[in-house]
Amino acid sequence: MLWNLSLEGQMKKNKSSMSQLEQVLKSGRFAITSELNPPDSADPEDVNRAAMILAGFCDGINAVDASGANCHMSSMSICALLTRVGYEPVYQISCRDRNRIAIQGDILGAAAMGVRNLLCITGDDVSAGDQPGAKPVFDFDSIQLLRTAQMMRDERVFLSGRKITSELPLFLGAAANPFVLPYDWRPKRLAKKIAAGAQFIQTQYCFDVERFREYMRQVRDMGLHEQVYILVGVGPLRSYRAANFMRTKVPGIVIPDEIMDRVKKTPKERQQAEGKKICVEIIQQVREIEGVAGVHIMAYRQEELVTEIVQEAGLLPRR
Amino acid sequence: MVLEWIYDLTYALLKPFKKFLKPNSFAEKAMISIEKVGKGVVFDCQMCGQCILHSTGMVCSMNCPKNLRNGPCGGVRLNGHCEVKPEQTCVWVKIYEGSLASPKYGSEIMWIQPPVDRTLQDSSSWVNLLHGIDQKMKTVWQTQDEKDALEPIFRGSNEKE
Repeated sequence: MLWNLSLEGQMKKNKSSMSQLEQVLKSGRFAITSELNPPDSADPEDVNRAAMILAGFCDGINAVDASGANCHMSSMSICALLTRVGYEPVYQISCRDRNRIAIQGDILGAAAMGVRNLLCITGDDVSAGDQPGAKPVFDFDSIQLLRTAQMMRDERVFLSGRKITSELPLFLGAAANPFVLPYDWRPKRLAKKIAAGAQFIQTQYCFDVERFREYMRQVRDMGLHEQVYILVGVGPLRSYRAANFMRTKVPGIVIPDEIMDRVKKTPKERQQAEGKKICVEIIQQVREIEGVAGVHIMAYRQEELVTEIVQEAGLLPRR
Repeated sequence: MVLEWIYDLTYALLKPFKKFLKPNSFAEKAMISIEKVGKGVVFDCQMCGQCILHSTGMVCSMNCPKNLRNGPCGGVRLNGHCEVKPEQTCVWVKIYEGSLASPKYGSEIMWIQPPVDRTLQDSSSWVNLLHGIDQKMKTVWQTQDEKDALEPIFRGSNEKE
C-alpha cells in the first residue's frame, strides 16, 4: 500500500524557506552536509577555521547541540558565527537541555540571525556525557518539537496560541536511526516525523548498508521517499580503538562485525586510511539506493578528512 | 487484548458519574488514590494526569527515562534495552509490541501526542479525561484527518510481511 496521505500537501504547503540546502535538494542534486565539531573555547576563529574547510563543498554545516551530552560551545552561537560570514548552518536543537519556552524563543532568534535549517532531535541522555549529574529536561520529544516548529512557521503562533508577528522561513529536519530496534517501527516513525513537519532527514551513522537497504525498501513501499529528503549519515572510523569506543559507548551506533574485523586486521598506522576507505565505499553504495538524496558526513575530530572523502567518493566538483 | 477491554469497561462505568468526578473534588482525591495504587501496581504509573496508555500498547510511556511519548529514541541497544538504563528493556520496544497486540487501539501509536501538561502531574487522569482537561490546548495540535491518514500505516506495512 502506498501511503497516499492527506498529508500529501506537506511538501507543497511548506513555503520556501530560502534555505540553500533546500534549494539543492529540490533541484535533485546529491546533497552533502557535514558537522562542525564545536570548540571548547570562546575563540570565534576555532569555528571559522573548521567551517572554512567544510564550506567549500557542503550544502549545510550542522552546528551540534552538546552532542553526547558533552558541554561545548552552544549550537546557537555557532550558528550566529556561521551566518555572520555567510555560511549555511543547520541548527541542531535537542530536547535535553531546554524547555518549551526556551526552545520556541531560540527558534525565533535563530531565524532572525539568518538560520534557515533546523534539525529537531531528542538528544542523548545526560548520563552519556561529561556531566551526568545535570538535570535532564526533555520537556518536548523530537516529534513534539518538530510539530511546534511547523506550527510556528505555518500558523505563525506559539504553542500558547499567541501570534508571531513575522514570517518564519525554516526548512525543518529530523534524525532517524534505521539501525536499532524495533526495525519495523523505524519507517513508521519516519512517517510520523514527516507528518509532524520533517522535510529532510539526517540518519545515524550507516555502517550496515544491508540493513539500510532494507529500511529504504520499506520507506519506498510506503512512498515516504517522495515526501522527505533522506541524507545518510556516514563517517570515517579513526582507528580500531575509536571504532570499538563508538560501538560500545556511544548510544545508537551499530557497526557490523565485518567492518570491525576489517579495521582490526589493518596495521595500526594504516587504520585511519582504512576507515576513510570504508567510508568512501559506503557513500558509493548508499548513493545507488533509490530515495537517498545525499550524505551527512560526520568526521569527529577529523574534519580535514572530509575533503578527501568527498573527493574520493567522486562527489566533486560541487559547483 | 484484555487490557483494552478493561479500559473500555472502566470508561463506561465512570462516564455516568462525570458530574461527581470533578477536578479538585473529594471524588477526585479518591480517584487519585485508586489510580495511584491500581495503575501503579499494573503499569508503574507515574501519575502524569494525562494517561495515554491505550494509545501506547498499554505500556506507560512516562517510564521512558526521556519521557518520550511519540516513539523510541535512536539509542535503543542491540538487545532492545534502554540507552539510559541498560538493565531495562526499552519502554518503546514494549509499547510497539503491546500496540501490535492491541487490535482496537494499537494503531493510535501513530498519533502525534502533544507535549505533557506538567500542571496535571499527580491529578486524576480519569477525571481529566472525562472533562476533556487532558486534551485542552490553545492551538490545533493534530487534526482528525491527520490521525486518520497516519493510523493505517501502523498495520499497513506490517501485513505485508
